[in-house]
Parts: sequence; C-alpha cells; structure tokens
Amino acid sequence: MSRHGHVKNLTQMESSKTIEFCHVSYELPDGKILLKDLNLEVSRGETLVLLGRSGSGKTTTMKLINRLLDPTAGEVRVEGRSTLHWDPIRLRRRIGYVIQEVGLFPHLTLEGNVGVVPRLEGWESERIKSRVRELLTLVGLDPERFVSRFPRELSGGQRQRVGVARALAADPPVILLDEPFGALDPITRRDLQQEFRRLQERLRKTMVFVTHDVREAFVLATRIGLVKDGRMVLLGPPSELLESTDPEARAFADCLYEAQPVGSPA
Amino acid sequence: MSLLDFLVRNQREVLELILEHLFLVFISTGIAVLIGVPLGILLTRRPGLSKPVLGFANVMQTVPSLALFGFLIPLNLYLFHVRLVGGIGARTAIVALVLYSLLPIIRNTFIGINTVDPAIREAGRGMGMTDRQLLFQVELPLALGVIIAGVRVATVICVGTATIAAAIDAGGLGRYIFRGLRMNDNVLILAGAVPAAFIALAADVLLGSLEKAIRAGAGVRRRANKIVGASIAGVAVVAVAGVIFFYPAAGTDRVAVGSKDFTEQIILGELLAQSIEAKPGLKVARRFDLGGTLAHEALVAGEIDIYVEYTGTALLAILKRPLPKDGTEVYSSVKEEYERRFDAVWTEPLGFENTFAILVRGEDARRLGLKTVSDAAKFSAQWRAGFGQDFMSRADGYRGFARTYGFKFQEIREMDLSLTYRALAERQVDLIAGNSTDGLITRYGLVQLQDDRRYFPPYDAVPVVRQALLERHPEIRAVMQDLRGLLSVEEMRRLNYQVDGEQRQARAVVREFLLAKGKLK
Repeated sequence: MSRHGHVKNLTQMESSKTIEFCHVSYELPDGKILLKDLNLEVSRGETLVLLGRSGSGKTTTMKLINRLLDPTAGEVRVEGRSTLHWDPIRLRRRIGYVIQEVGLFPHLTLEGNVGVVPRLEGWESERIKSRVRELLTLVGLDPERFVSRFPRELSGGQRQRVGVARALAADPPVILLDEPFGALDPITRRDLQQEFRRLQERLRKTMVFVTHDVREAFVLATRIGLVKDGRMVLLGPPSELLESTDPEARAFADCLYEAQPVGSPA
Repeated sequence: MSLLDFLVRNQREVLELILEHLFLVFISTGIAVLIGVPLGILLTRRPGLSKPVLGFANVMQTVPSLALFGFLIPLNLYLFHVRLVGGIGARTAIVALVLYSLLPIIRNTFIGINTVDPAIREAGRGMGMTDRQLLFQVELPLALGVIIAGVRVATVICVGTATIAAAIDAGGLGRYIFRGLRMNDNVLILAGAVPAAFIALAADVLLGSLEKAIRAGAGVRRRANKIVGASIAGVAVVAVAGVIFFYPAAGTDRVAVGSKDFTEQIILGELLAQSIEAKPGLKVARRFDLGGTLAHEALVAGEIDIYVEYTGTALLAILKRPLPKDGTEVYSSVKEEYERRFDAVWTEPLGFENTFAILVRGEDARRLGLKTVSDAAKFSAQWRAGFGQDFMSRADGYRGFARTYGFKFQEIREMDLSLTYRALAERQVDLIAGNSTDGLITRYGLVQLQDDRRYFPPYDAVPVVRQALLERHPEIRAVMQDLRGLLSVEEMRRLNYQVDGEQRQARAVVREFLLAKGKLK
C-alpha cells in the first residue's frame, strides 16, 4: 500500500481521532533531525502525556499540532484535516495552549490575560467578564480578589492556574500543555495535578500534556507516549510502561520507586 | 548686567525664543517618533534591513550640523505643492533635527521589541494572535518603556541641537547664543544656554518619570497607557499645526533680504531692507543671521533675493579662484562668474572694505610718523604682534604678509581676534591684524596702516541680487545705484560700534543713519 493510500484510509476509518500524526518528521534547516517518522493518534476526550528527557522532541511534537511548526515530512491532522490546510490563526484559536509560567502577559491583569482569546474572537465585553469570573472560580481563584491583579502579584501556583484558565477561555476542543507545572514546588505541584485531574474528568477535553516527570504522567495520562531522540519508543496506557522491556521505559519506570534516604538499604 | 537682570529686562523676547525653541523640539521629535517607531518595528520584521538603516541613522548623528544645513538648503523636494526639504528657516532646521533624533528612537524600538521574552511572544502566537495583534497587544506595550527611553534621549539631543537652528534663521534660543558669541558677550550666551539647559533637564525629568511609571507596570499601567496615548496625540496635533504654520501657501510677494551672522552683516541687511521698503509697493522679509556660507547657498536656492557679499570672500571662499592683484579686476571677475553660474548680479559697491587692517596705537603712529605697513616694518624687531588664529592659518594670512613686507617680530601672540584690540590698547602688543570695520578701532583710537604693497585681496562690500528679483522688480536696480558709495570705512566702524559697543538695535541705528544721509524721509 502506498503511503498516500494509508493516510487516506486513516482519515476514513478513524474520524473520532482528534489529532493524528502520520510518518511525521521534523528537520532543522541545518539538517539536524528533531523528530523521525512519528505516528500517533489522540482520541476525543483523551489525555495523551508525552514523556521524555529534556531535548527528546516532546515540545517539538506539540508545536506541530498548533502549527507553530510545520512538519518537514509526513502529515499532522487536527479534526481530520491536515494542519497545512488549516488557517494557522483559526487552528490556534481552537486549541488552548499552556506553557510554563512565563507565558502570562505581564502588562495585563488576570482579566486581560484570561480574556485574551475571547477578545480576539470578538466577544461582547460583558460576556468576556462573566466568562473570566467563571474560569477563575473553576481553577480555584476567587474572582473578586484576583481579576484586577497582575501576574507578578501572584504565586507560582496561582499563575499556573491562570495559565490553565486562559487556555480554557474560548472553550476549545483541544488543549496543549507544555510542562505547565514544571517550575512549582512539589507540594503545590501535587495539589495542582490532583485538581487538574478532576477538572479533566469534568470537562472531557482532548489534551496533549508534555512532561519529564513520570509521576505526573501516571497521575494524568490516559495513555503515555514515550519519546526518545525524536522517536516514539512506546505508546500505550501507563501500565504498559511498567511492563515494557525497553531500556528508556525501564529507566523512567525505575524513577517511580526510587525515593529512599541516602544510606538506607535498597 | 547680570544674567538675571538681562532675562527680566528682556522677558518678552526670552519667552518668545523659548516658545520658538519648544516648538522646534516638539515638532522635530514628534515627526521623528512618527517615522522612527514604525521604522524600528519594520526592522524587527525584516532584520536584514537593520544594519543599513541603523548605520544610516548612526552616520546622520555624526554629521556636523552646519554641514548638514549646507547640504539641505539647496535641495528641492516637493510633495504636491508643499516643499518638504530645502531652503532656510524652520523647515530645514526641522528636517535636520529629525535626522539627528531618529537614531535613538529607531534603535530603542528595535531593541525594545526584540527583547520581549520569546516565551511571551510564543504564548501570544500559540493563542492565535495575528502578527498585528501580537505587535499591538503584546510587543509594543511591553517595549513601551524602552521606546520612551529612546524618545527621551532624542528629545534631549534635540533641545541641544536646536540651538544651532538659529544659524539658518529658524529661531530659538540659539539666537542669543550666536549673538553673544559674535559680540563676545557672555551674558547673552548664557541667556540662550541656561534656558536651553533647563528645557533639556525638564524634558529629561518628565519623560524619565513617564518611563519609570511604565516600567513599574502594575497599577499605574492603564494610566500610563492613557498618558502615552494622550501625549502621542498631543505631539501629533502640534506637529500637524506646525506643518500648516510653516508651509504657508506661496503668494505674498516679498523681497527676501538675507545677511550673514555677524553685526556688520545685520546692519547691512537692515540697510538693504529699509532702502527697499522705502519704495512704494515693495515689501521685505528679513532672513538674517545665516552662518558660514549659508547666505550664498540660500541666494542660489532662491530662498533669499539679496544680501551683501565681499568681493574677496566670493573669489576665495565661494568661487575658489586664485587672487589677481587688482581690486576692480576681482569685482569684475566675480560679477561675470556670478551672472554665468548663479544667475545673480553684483550691484554697486557700498564704498567700504572689510579686510584685514594692520593696526597700531594712534600715539605710536603720530610719534613715529607711520602711514603705511612698510613704514612699520622697520620697527618690527622691537615689537610684539597679536594675531587671531584665523590670520595665522589662512592662505592670505601671516606667512605671506611677513614675507611681503619683511616683518620679523620680537614675539607673536596668538589669541582670539576680539581680544587683540584691547591687548594693543593696553600695550600688551604693539601691532595687530584686526578687521577694518571693527568699531573698536575708533573706540581705542587705533590707526590703520595702508596696505601699500596691496598684499590683502580687496574685500569690497557689494549687494548681490538674484537676477529673478531684478526681472520681477526692475526698480530695485535704482535703489542699489542710490546706495553706491554710501558708507565709508569710518562710517561702517561707527555703525558697528553703535550696535556692538552701545548695545543699540541695528534697525534703529540704520534708520538714523539713512535719515541723516537723506535717504529716508
């Protein structure tokens, strides 16, 4: 079967797939290969966690979904349509995007930050206002206290909640999260993971979540995609990671258990 | 008279000059912002352009202002019927000031936008902002503090440079500075420099606090945005008003009388202006105080119609010709070449020469019977001489002079020309080379020795007129003929002294003189 035919078949057979990668590669102009022949699908309502070490290609994968990057080979499809055929602006407004805390606009209040996409979409200001209050409540921030604050006046955990609220603002079907909790202390991090998980059960969004933290992956993932050197070495439910014999999968699985004080017996 | 006395006594004029100055600065920085910010933004979108554009702006900053004026005056750039560049006056000054203040604005816009945290930019793009939305909603607001810092630097540069604008009749506090330099009057210099320094400081503090408010962000952010919006709108309004003000529709037929930037020239400009005004139906616009060779350039560009030039200066400095030995020969050769090259006519000589005058004390001249420069050469071995830097360095200066007459001084003191007269009177030196028309010659009772070997080229003062003016108003020719031989060198000295020494207005001095000569009624 030709590759083209294969792609067609996928479209027809699996229309419930919100995101699909078909033999996707991404190569820098200088010839360095960041992603090699990547294949994956994300179903509606599913949370796929891309797990891997720093520099493994997780973030690149994510940027191919909202067309911050275009694949140099293969095809990325969102809702059945190749990203190259999407208007990038329209595509991105259908996809919520959360990056590490730095992504908030320092010159805007929380109201301004959370309301960015609705404003771009031309919502009425009253509707934006009530939506911002609804979202702040959803992520556990009291709107009365927070709407007119600036990002610098918040703690790291609060900022991250705002980041999530901002991504949800225009009710996009897909949300991308790039190490959203990476810079937080372990306790705040754990609280947010739990809350995020409850949120996800309520909202049923299609999510792609990038992390290098295997515990986080286990808390949040429907499926885990393990990325190493630009290749997908494992794609399946968390239990598969524990059973795998792949050395990279073993290395990450081991991290789950190793937390003993120095000097105590293994 | 102390500076404070002067400022109080002349408060109206001081206020007027300050307003002129502020006006120049406002319009120039306003236009520079309107050009520089979009250009800086363009550079962030087309990084390849950044080197040539920033390089150009950099070079503009290093061009000396008088050279830049000299380059701009002959230009004729029109947009529809509006002359954008060229000529003398505020228009050209503003173009020059804009060129000077562009660099910090372009550079800070470019840097301000480029130093926005890439993660923030990516968040904006990832949320589906178009390039324009990203620019106006994220990049510009975040770069605003840095951009304002650039505007602040540009404004301060502009306040300083605007003082030079007085050299091309653009007004402002530079008028006092130039007048003070010319008359060797420190109070006048300070009367221009001190208010200019205060304006610069005030602009610096005001824009500095705006910048700080913006950088502090947080609570004052919204208010700061409003202030910035309001001030940009305000500057734009002033700029538009200024453009309308400075580009009046052509139509009023006035004879534009020019002058160079020293006292004698202003007196002569007044002399021409009042003589022309005395004719019924003729109106005059005074464009005085043009520095360097700007008066000549303004005449060629048609910005002024008439001014007084000196034959020797025209030959050596403008036409750059070697010297013939005969005075009438110089007159006829510059006359011929001006008609051919510049469509300008040398009219009748006014009767005096402004040349180097070899001067001694009156008592020495009487005691030793000195009449000519040759007479004095005999005594030079026991004498000390005082010469200005100009005389020591120029082609028709000291070296040839000493060789021609065989001077060998005991000592030569090089000092500022204006100080040599006093040094001679106070017996610090025994012979100086001054200006033949300087009022101080009469004041100190000095005697000019005759240049019997005709070493110095003739510097006859002659009104030079554009051919086009004579065609438009043939009666001007008769006015010029009437001025022929009107002023002896002694009379010119007296008029110079009345303005420089007695601090009288050139306009009043000239009026009195013309009345006395029966030229005015």
